[in-house]
Amino acid sequence: MADTTVAPKATTVGTALPLVGKTDTKPTWCPGCGDFGVVAAVEMAVKRLGIPSHNVVIVSGIGCSSNLPHFLSSYGFHGIHGRALPVAEGIRWANHGLTVIGTGGDGDGFGIGAGHFVHAMRRNVDLTYVTMDNQIYGLTTGQASPTSTMGQKTKSTPNGVIENPIDPIALALASGATYVARGFSGDVKHLADLVAKGIQHKGFALVDVFSPCVTYNKINTFDFFRQRVYKLESAGHNPADLVAAWQRSLEWGDKIPIGLFYETDRPTYEDLEEVLSAGPLALQPAGLHGKEKLLDEFV
Amino acid sequence: MSEIAVRVGGQAGDGIQSIGESLARGFSRMGLHVFGLNAYQSVIRGGHVWFQARASDGRPESPGDGADILYALDRTTVDVHAAGLRSGSTVIFDPEKFALAASDLPNGVTPLGVPTLEIARKYTSQSILQNAGGLGATAFLAGIPLDLLHQVLTDSFGRKAGDIVAWNVGASTDGYRFAEQHASPNARALSRRGAPKLLMTGNSAIALGAAAAGCKFLAQYPMTPASSIMHWMAAHSTQLGVVVKQAEDELAAINMAIGASFAGVRSMTATSGGGFSLMVEALGMAGMTETPLVVVDSQRAGPSTGLPTKTEQGDLNLMLGAGQGEFPRAILAPATPSEAYRAMIDAFRLAEEWQTPVLVAVDLHLSENYMTVDREEIDLEVPVPSLFQVQPNGGSYLRYQYTPSGVSPRAIPGQPGLNFVAGSDEHDERGHLISDIRAGIPRWISERQQMMEKRMRKLHGLAANAPAPVLEGPADAPLTFVAWGSTVAAVRDAMAELRATGHPTNLLRFPTLYPLDAEKVAALLGKARKTLLVEANFSGQFGRLLRAETGYQFSHRLLKYDGEPFFPHEIVARALEVM
Repeated sequence: MADTTVAPKATTVGTALPLVGKTDTKPTWCPGCGDFGVVAAVEMAVKRLGIPSHNVVIVSGIGCSSNLPHFLSSYGFHGIHGRALPVAEGIRWANHGLTVIGTGGDGDGFGIGAGHFVHAMRRNVDLTYVTMDNQIYGLTTGQASPTSTMGQKTKSTPNGVIENPIDPIALALASGATYVARGFSGDVKHLADLVAKGIQHKGFALVDVFSPCVTYNKINTFDFFRQRVYKLESAGHNPADLVAAWQRSLEWGDKIPIGLFYETDRPTYEDLEEVLSAGPLALQPAGLHGKEKLLDEFV
Repeated sequence: MSEIAVRVGGQAGDGIQSIGESLARGFSRMGLHVFGLNAYQSVIRGGHVWFQARASDGRPESPGDGADILYALDRTTVDVHAAGLRSGSTVIFDPEKFALAASDLPNGVTPLGVPTLEIARKYTSQSILQNAGGLGATAFLAGIPLDLLHQVLTDSFGRKAGDIVAWNVGASTDGYRFAEQHASPNARALSRRGAPKLLMTGNSAIALGAAAAGCKFLAQYPMTPASSIMHWMAAHSTQLGVVVKQAEDELAAINMAIGASFAGVRSMTATSGGGFSLMVEALGMAGMTETPLVVVDSQRAGPSTGLPTKTEQGDLNLMLGAGQGEFPRAILAPATPSEAYRAMIDAFRLAEEWQTPVLVAVDLHLSENYMTVDREEIDLEVPVPSLFQVQPNGGSYLRYQYTPSGVSPRAIPGQPGLNFVAGSDEHDERGHLISDIRAGIPRWISERQQMMEKRMRKLHGLAANAPAPVLEGPADAPLTFVAWGSTVAAVRDAMAELRATGHPTNLLRFPTLYPLDAEKVAALLGKARKTLLVEANFSGQFGRLLRAETGYQFSHRLLKYDGEPFFPHEIVARALEVM
């Protein structure tokens, strides 16, 4: 058998095996796209934690941001629209020695994939989900997304959006996510910290990222966020306080919080799934050799 | 072949399935082969449900065409089933519940009033215990020895607390003795014949087969008639080390199974047509990312919600065409629990070897009904090779390397030096996208074509390695039945009846529906003197596939789409018409 040992979720630097770096595939995002900051932050975070690249799997759905796995040298799974999380969960349950990072956009995660988003959080699956939230559909050339602002004019809403946007932070708090953070791709260092802590966190970690679309969203631009964001950690917010996290999640307007809203400790799905206590499923014996007694129940 | 069939009917919630299963198990422990039909409705309480155990010294593969003993828990059961009773049969009922006279029944059918409620009151105020008295009386008439019945009841109630076992044993004895004093065993009653047989539903055989094949992960969303695959696996999850995930929907179920397979465990999902419809997009992703996957579609009568508790073979077109674009797949179609066990092993082997989805097409009739299997038919010693086969060579690893077979070396995440990205977009040999800035550029146009051809080449390998069509019966018979799935089993029973009346026939059955070796199939069909296509759907979907593949056109068809399984007499009648 080949070497299938897997590193613990986070180790210190020092392994000889290669860390995650850039690949020779250059991102095809528009110049100035917010997603450049996100891929840089994810690379920085995984590198900092010293996790060898073969023990990292980056999973995505479909959309501009979902091309991300191709740009980093870990294992990757670039699936179909909206289904990144169930694939990521399957990977975790098959081998919970792997570090699994879900990536994608607001349409992928909060529109077509909203059901999976809620369920992955209530299960507290131990993975990190980085959403590049640009409040617009980019790859399909500019339709409204589930996080588009009320009144925003897009190709599919020429008279303005008439639906209230989803608030991913509030939804995550309501759904039982155990690490809920928001970053801004205009502050890569701060974002990388949030991602790294999310990876280290035992349980479902959401890092929702303001990642402006420079082509199709003329409202939620880099400047829009630069003028508004403030850091929760500088504002005396206590991330152990769920009620305070709720209050902060509702803030929108002249001041918009980024940083860690909430973190708590709760057993993960993998902790509670009895079969996984015997080690990663992929390394457990398979088949029914010598289990002849099993047939007695059919007599 | 001698046989006896016992039917029990009442309302949902009466415990009909439990009585029926006890009778079926009584027969199978006598060493008889059994077909147990569990007919129910989409209600939890009320309505009319019934169970029939047909036992034989031969090998019944269908419900057959009549019954010899009817245990009626309500009057409706008599009204529904009296006409299906053979001459010499008995109707067991409780006079305290309703009156029944011989004049209410067809000629040759005798009523036998058994005080089942009175018997139950000796032990408890719980009226459900009436079933034990009725069961005892039924067992006496059916020739099931009392000691065997006691064993069956003790095994099935053994886990329950208190006096339940003792009550059931006592009440069943009273019912048995009552019948002994007031009636004789049915003339068709059979005696013990050797070692007990295994009594399995198609779904338990499917789950067992999957586990034997090395399945370690099942993700599923509840849907009749596939749910009991999940129930069996969940009940054995810890014991066998199989993770069972009830997903939020079928979209999640199949995507989870694909994720788990990608990460190195043999994985499956199971559903019925409605859920399978939701899985369609991800099925194509398994084909495109070349991730092994087994999907069971247990068909029920459609379209849409259709008849959730009734059977059909109407999803074949869907299974053939599921997913946009083209990718290789195989569709297997077992007929019996014994075949379903082996089909799952074949399905996992094919999915693994050819790195593509394999569908197992069953139906409610096979999934939920009971059949006996000889213990030696279930070989648990299935080779389960490690999935970590590829070694890094220090060079550039090509996950989607062009190969003559179409199969490329598959690395598993966690293996150093083999990192790659599996993409649902079209990609090159390394897995790099050719869907965005490379699309339409001459070099990449050609790569796309080569990659399509590489994937589709697997169809040749699948066709050569999947179970081939089988001709059963005399080669020169004047009539050849053509059938697949559970319909095959009913045809076998019809063939036995035809043979007994001097009408030899044979059967060309298809354990693999797709891909087919068209030349071989055309040759087999060409040798038939006359053919009769038998399918449980409206348009003869498999017949159309065979026509598309071979040009062969069926001039005689027997198609059924009323939700009920095929009964042998229907097949016999149509065969005689055609012959």
